[in-house]
Amino acid sequence: MAASPLRAVPPPPEALGDHALRNLAFIRKTMENASSFTAVPGRGGVAMGLTALVAAVLAESERGAPGADGARRWLIVWCVEAVVAILIGGAALWRKARASGLSPLAGASRKFALGLLPALLAGAALTVRGFQDAAGSTLPLLPAVWLLCYGIAVMSAGTHSVPAIPVMGIGFFALGLSALVLPPAFGNALLALGFGGLHIVFGVFIARRYGG
Amino acid sequence: MAAKRLSKAETATRPLRLESPLPPAKLDRLIHEQIRLGIVSALATQPTLTFGELKRILSTTDGNLSVHARKLEEAQYIACETVFDGKLPKTEFRLTSEGRAALSRYLDHMEALIRTARGARAPGS
Repeated sequence: MAASPLRAVPPPPEALGDHALRNLAFIRKTMENASSFTAVPGRGGVAMGLTALVAAVLAESERGAPGADGARRWLIVWCVEAVVAILIGGAALWRKARASGLSPLAGASRKFALGLLPALLAGAALTVRGFQDAAGSTLPLLPAVWLLCYGIAVMSAGTHSVPAIPVMGIGFFALGLSALVLPPAFGNALLALGFGGLHIVFGVFIARRYGG
Repeated sequence: MAAKRLSKAETATRPLRLESPLPPAKLDRLIHEQIRLGIVSALATQPTLTFGELKRILSTTDGNLSVHARKLEEAQYIACETVFDGKLPKTEFRLTSEGRAALSRYLDHMEALIRTARGARAPGS
């Protein structure tokens, strides 16, 4: 007896509920991809820049104190500024994501924050080492360390964002390299230029171009 | 056991099976198509997006995006405007109030389908 030809078995029909779930997942993914254009808060960057300029002025005046005490006060001012900047940046990121109707813990916001984290943690660890250094010999290196680490953090996080962000990271990195080759007396000015100037300039650009 | 993940080709060819009666609202076929749904979804998160940005978000071709964007524009779901970045012309899209309402209705429809399907699957229902 001749064998009957094989017939392709049609796939089982897809449930409407599953189809709807897939559509909703597609909408959510598209919205998250689109949000990469605005996950970075422009106005938050400007606010961070303004507080950095205030910190730079305060730190410069504290550095005038005699001996190692002046250097330590300078370090404390910048550490307080770092905490303030993180709070401003985090709140602005959160606000912007919510305003776009997206979860701040998902999509572009999450990728951006996670991109920042490794280099920022490295910078924080080196700063703790600077605090522990009683002789204060590592303190002159801290402006370069902060600018380089922040530059790397922003470049890394910027791969998930608008092109302006990695460019800002390159700016911080260049200032960090300058801090390595210039005399330590320029450190505070370079920090003001980076954390103050670059944040304000790019913050205004992002707020105008991408909103928020 | 985990369900097998279906390929795009498989999901595209699989017929839909009704597990329970459809929710009363009529499905908006205009934004049911994936690229058009993507355009409307992306524009819902932004005041405006350029042609290039939409193309990047949706990973599609110029021709495909143009065709679907035109259909949405004809339905007045999106508005299109040519702006100048210096000397370079750029096409910018924004979602209209009609488009936003259509997306909202579509989301309601999908949620209703999921609720209905879950109700049908629940034991004793």
